Amino acid sequence: MDSERKFLMGNEAVALGACHAGVSLGVGYPGTPSSEILAYLNHFGGKAQWSPNEKVAAEVGLGVAFGNGRAMVTMKHVGLNVAADALFTAAYSGVDGAYVLAVADDPGLASSQNEQDTRRYAVAAGVPLLDPSDSQDAYDFTRLAFDISARWHIPVILRLTTRVCHSGSVVVPDVPVQNLPAPHFTRNIKQRVMVPGHARPAHRRLRQKLKEIERWNNDEGPNREVLGDGRLGIIASGVAAQHAAEAAPDASLFKVGMAYPLPVERIIEFCAKHEKNAAIEENDPYMNELLKSYGAPLTVMPEYMRFGELNVARIRRLLDGAPEPEHAVPPGKPPGLCKGCPHKRTFELLKKHGCIVSGDIGCYTLAALPPLEAMDMQICMGASIGMGVGLRQVLPAAEARKVVSVIGDSTFVHSGLTGLAEMAYNVPPTGHVVLILDNSTTAMTGQQEHPGTGRRLDGSPTGQLDYARVATAMGIDNVVTYDPVKDAEPFEAALVDALRKDSLSVFVVKRPCILAAARKGAKG
Amino acid sequence: MTINVKIAGLGGMGVLKSSLILAEVAFQEGYDVKKSEVHGMAQRGGSVCSDVRFGNAVKSPMIPEGAVDYLLLFEEADMPLYQRDINETTRILRASLIDAAQLPSRKSLNVAMLGALSALLSIPQTRWVDAIHRLFPDKLRAANDGAFALGFAAGKEFL
Repeated sequence: MDSERKFLMGNEAVALGACHAGVSLGVGYPGTPSSEILAYLNHFGGKAQWSPNEKVAAEVGLGVAFGNGRAMVTMKHVGLNVAADALFTAAYSGVDGAYVLAVADDPGLASSQNEQDTRRYAVAAGVPLLDPSDSQDAYDFTRLAFDISARWHIPVILRLTTRVCHSGSVVVPDVPVQNLPAPHFTRNIKQRVMVPGHARPAHRRLRQKLKEIERWNNDEGPNREVLGDGRLGIIASGVAAQHAAEAAPDASLFKVGMAYPLPVERIIEFCAKHEKNAAIEENDPYMNELLKSYGAPLTVMPEYMRFGELNVARIRRLLDGAPEPEHAVPPGKPPGLCKGCPHKRTFELLKKHGCIVSGDIGCYTLAALPPLEAMDMQICMGASIGMGVGLRQVLPAAEARKVVSVIGDSTFVHSGLTGLAEMAYNVPPTGHVVLILDNSTTAMTGQQEHPGTGRRLDGSPTGQLDYARVATAMGIDNVVTYDPVKDAEPFEAALVDALRKDSLSVFVVKRPCILAAARKGAKG
Repeated sequence: MTINVKIAGLGGMGVLKSSLILAEVAFQEGYDVKKSEVHGMAQRGGSVCSDVRFGNAVKSPMIPEGAVDYLLLFEEADMPLYQRDINETTRILRASLIDAAQLPSRKSLNVAMLGALSALLSIPQTRWVDAIHRLFPDKLRAANDGAFALGFAAGKEFL
């Protein structure tokens, strides 16, 4: 049955690969383009759950792996900034079982705040990184990531990109693994308690493992070489390898499967077979820089290669050394808040009262775009509260009193709790006002559950975080919940009053997302 | 020989669903298929498109510039966005091809557009109908059958 060919999205292929690799637990935080992996894993019968944020997910996964289980942790590229603290030292400690981080980059920023390159994290932390180019690779490399992690007792990053996650292609699955050892705990204090005396030898062990893995990658890694007419050799990985094969069908292609440690020896041998060589990659010129430092004879690529996604036409231009055309595609209709979105009323109110709005990440970030233009800053998950408090610390009182922080429910659970603690601890001279925009779902990424919804990933009921009680427990006196539509008048009055006072206020602005409500209605 | 179909519209119009059905139909026909789309921010009512490519062996999941064979345009005002994707032989199927007054529901435009496309491709009708039945809830079956037939008739005329 499982050897049949299937048509799978990249994220679906990762989930199936994890299932077939015997994953004990999939855990993560939603983030485009990675969000569907765990829902698919649940669909395929694997155990999957959402964590409050990526760091917690990475830690839960580490516990699974320390217990000799097989963990997969999913996140988008910026999620790894949050989880990095766990990753860097888990690279030292190593793992039992297996520990795979599926991290999705977003070159071209289809739905992200930056174009950071996860391959840099693999280098910085010292963990192997696999770079699939389509759904078959996504399936195969997920399984390989578990194998490598189990073999070398090391965390492994499966680096995805938007066009791998959200492209569909044909997959022929392999036979699922059988008879994995059951999870159990074996005490090993020196290897798992990273005090300096234990971490120093652990660092040496890590570097030794990476040397072995580099040797393996050169000898038998998941890299493929297709020879052309000998004039041009292209080195590429990820979806860029698929574009390159189409853009230059007569060229040789060295398709890099494991991008860290890079199979440098093999690539230099490959380059020697061609008159001219070029390394094509999305995001940072990581391979170009590294290969050049080893003396690989590569054509210098134009700077524009690092901006945006690559495609067949752009790669043809890169290979020709041609500039990017100046006449860009006209922008389409920009996204906006849905008709009837409960956030709209809140932002109209903030605009009406001339607020300086410190914003956060979610659907409501769209309030920054015309016609509302009612958000003044947005940087990363949870930053609304810290930035708002910072503004209030320095602005003249009259201006400071206009500052409001707005944060969504899922984002608040992700990274807002510590911001609230800061606000209660270092109270600004004019106090502060925080709006928790509670639409009872992680709306932007496709309406996932979180610790504030009272339901787990599979929809089963569980405990529910109470934002108002949390704020009260942190020492904030004025905490009130309003429905922005039904309680429009009292909410406005309370907001105006809070902006005037020099004390702390938290308003939970609660009304369900209309998309989630529609979906719930359709279900039952 | 690869067939390149671009489906374009606004978030919420069913662009992604129709590209899934087309990909499934081509896959069931035994073709190598690749499909590429953008989620997240782009789905909040903004312009959105999806590429479906099928043939013996497809490499890039994205249709190269100027290589679109069939452009399904759900939002006609967005035509300038896709000017670089088409060539002089591209068949452009516009939403106006479908008589909106006869659609079983406003939501079924995407299925009607697939019906129109099906008239231009040599893939048996049963494949399309099977995929639509499989990928939509049962309660939408009658509406979708009607929309598909409406689109097919419009496609025949367009041919």
